[in-house]
Amino acid sequence: METSTVNQSLNKKTVQAPPVKELPQVFYKDIILEIKHLGVSVEGKEILKDFSLTLKSGEIHIIMGPNGSGKSTLCNALMGHPKYQVTGGEALLNGINILELKPDKRAQAGMFLAFQYPREIPGITFGNFLRHAVNAVQKANNPEAKPYGPAQFVPIVQKQFEVVKMNRQFIGRSVNEGFSGGEKKRAEIIQMSTLQPKIAMLDEIDSGLDIDALKIVAEGIQNVFDRTNMGVLLITHYQRVLNYLKPHFVHIMVDGKIVKSGGQELATELEKNGYEEYAPSQSGMRK
Amino acid sequence: MATEAQQDLTKKLSDYQYGFHVETKSIYKSAKGLTREIVEEISRQKNEPAWMLELRLKALDIFNAKPMPKWGGDLSGIKFDNIHYYIKPSDRPTRSWDDVPDEIKETFERLGVPEAERKFLAGSGAQFESEMVYHNLQESLARKGVIFEGTDVALQKYPEYFKEYFGTVIPAGDNKFSALNSAVWSGGSFIYVPKGVHIELPLQAYFRINAENMGQFERTLIIADEGSSVHYVEGCTAPTYSSDSLHSAVVEIIVKKGARVQYTTIQNWSNNVYNLVTKRAKAFQDATMFWLDCNLGSKLTMKYPAVLLMEPGAKAEVLSVAFAGKGQHQDAGAKVTHLAPNTSSTITSKSISKGGGRTSYRGLVRVYPAAKGVKSRVVCDALLLDANSRSDTYPTMDIQEDDVSIAHEATVSKIGEEQLFYLMSRGLSEQEAATMIVNGFIDPIIKQLPMEYAIEMNRLIELEMEGSVG
Repeated sequence: METSTVNQSLNKKTVQAPPVKELPQVFYKDIILEIKHLGVSVEGKEILKDFSLTLKSGEIHIIMGPNGSGKSTLCNALMGHPKYQVTGGEALLNGINILELKPDKRAQAGMFLAFQYPREIPGITFGNFLRHAVNAVQKANNPEAKPYGPAQFVPIVQKQFEVVKMNRQFIGRSVNEGFSGGEKKRAEIIQMSTLQPKIAMLDEIDSGLDIDALKIVAEGIQNVFDRTNMGVLLITHYQRVLNYLKPHFVHIMVDGKIVKSGGQELATELEKNGYEEYAPSQSGMRK
Repeated sequence: MATEAQQDLTKKLSDYQYGFHVETKSIYKSAKGLTREIVEEISRQKNEPAWMLELRLKALDIFNAKPMPKWGGDLSGIKFDNIHYYIKPSDRPTRSWDDVPDEIKETFERLGVPEAERKFLAGSGAQFESEMVYHNLQESLARKGVIFEGTDVALQKYPEYFKEYFGTVIPAGDNKFSALNSAVWSGGSFIYVPKGVHIELPLQAYFRINAENMGQFERTLIIADEGSSVHYVEGCTAPTYSSDSLHSAVVEIIVKKGARVQYTTIQNWSNNVYNLVTKRAKAFQDATMFWLDCNLGSKLTMKYPAVLLMEPGAKAEVLSVAFAGKGQHQDAGAKVTHLAPNTSSTITSKSISKGGGRTSYRGLVRVYPAAKGVKSRVVCDALLLDANSRSDTYPTMDIQEDDVSIAHEATVSKIGEEQLFYLMSRGLSEQEAATMIVNGFIDPIIKQLPMEYAIEMNRLIELEMEGSVG
């Protein structure tokens, strides 16, 4: 009889073991970003003029366009880069004009930008940086929530590293320092996967990647999209990312404006004919 | 205007958490100003041997004769007549915190000194105003012959060491402030580590100024005998007052054959303290001297830890961090003199300027003729947090031998808009982002600190960064 009591208490203990803290499970619905008549200038030069676009959770939008068409300006302005001056219009995230917020508040509201050229932060480990970021976003949305401690956070990030098949040792390395181009892009996806934004903008996430890395990064984006049902705004020169990622909308952007929108067939057409038809003034256009 | 100054002081007090002071009854407090009689009185109170009084009086003459340095920082604000040169807070240092007067004990408890000793120190000393009020060493180390005492007590108990070494690394006439210290010195630590003894945990001394217009002039002498090693850590803070105090220490270190000394400073003076310190070590054959110097706070710091590499195989390493905020000037650096062949030195300096603060790196590497095979590397990096802050580099190389390898690198960077934006785009506030960049910048040096001190430094940097960005 005594033996069985012992067993029981052991079982009880196993059940009561503290649960491993996981990222909150999210599946976004009814998120809407309405960009209305947005104008942006850089150093006095007007880049975006009267730009409008509506993006919802569960949608993948791809913006394609030649160099200098204002694609990167769009993402940077929406994220709040101080160099990009908003000259008009608004960007409403479920009714809140994010253009009036500082970049950190935009991130806390659910915006995310995967950078074309992610910055290096020497002396700060990737894991620590990301933990502080997650804690900051979590605190802004739920002041009661307990911040993740280092030991708690490591297994969580390790899981996100699997999303893009990246070596976990990078957790302990300085942010982006000494990372190859491809590793930087993967690290951006890991950040996205951990922060679970409502709206993710990906600026040339496919540039500088070989075919294998491109596939991994695209699948990583798909993974986070499937899991969270976020809205995606992907910016690219190239059609090739579409071999792995199926967009709901394709937009062609030229000279600061969307000149044509459609479905995936639009990308196929671009692949064949280039941007010539939409931007006849520009020569030497890449496909 | 008065209100503005008051508000400024209130703000200073709230930013600097060590700005408190306690009411104490000192046993003896010299009148303001410096006279021959005061020097004699200090020596009498300490019951010193005649030769020490003689040394003090000679030093006083040198101090009076030497002009104020014209280089470095602005020293014109120092009013030598408005300073108390000697304040004796308690009768004698004790080995038990229970015997330390309550208000002094409370001060050190608020500073976490007794707790640190319980947790991770081999020995601990605490100086309040002019005297060590507490000094203790682990029994096991005392049995091995290690000496760790207040300098005054040590002079009484071990005069032979003082006759042999005191003032041999830094003579009174080295500079105006070493002369001042030699004349009115009081307190500080004396350490002797016997041959082959390795002290694993750090020994710590904490220096606290409490009174207004106080001059603190501690004197530290460390002797690491052959093949021994020791890590000594000093911390310092003071209350915030509207008038200035002066801290002018002298630290002499002898590192004998094959020995290793690490001397770590975490200085965090309030913004009304002039901190003018002379620190120098002599390193003999295959010995290593390692200065790790973290300078926060103070109004003006002028400090250039130095190493004389006396014999072949001796090594010097100087790592320093300086943080200058509003109204502060950190003029810091290092001096290494290669007197023997096959000696090597590394100097790494990292400075941060914020809110109009000013940092200067001032360094000297000197190689004497016939010191062949010398290697030296100097790296200074400065980080400016805003456009009105300032950083200067004054590196001097005096190389009188051809067969040497000398490298010097210097960088100045502004905290990058792109880096800030990157971090902020992940949800970190501008201040958190800037703090993260600064912590990353000094990480190579913080890594060299024992964990407890690394945590403390990161915390202090965070405090310095508070309110730094709009």
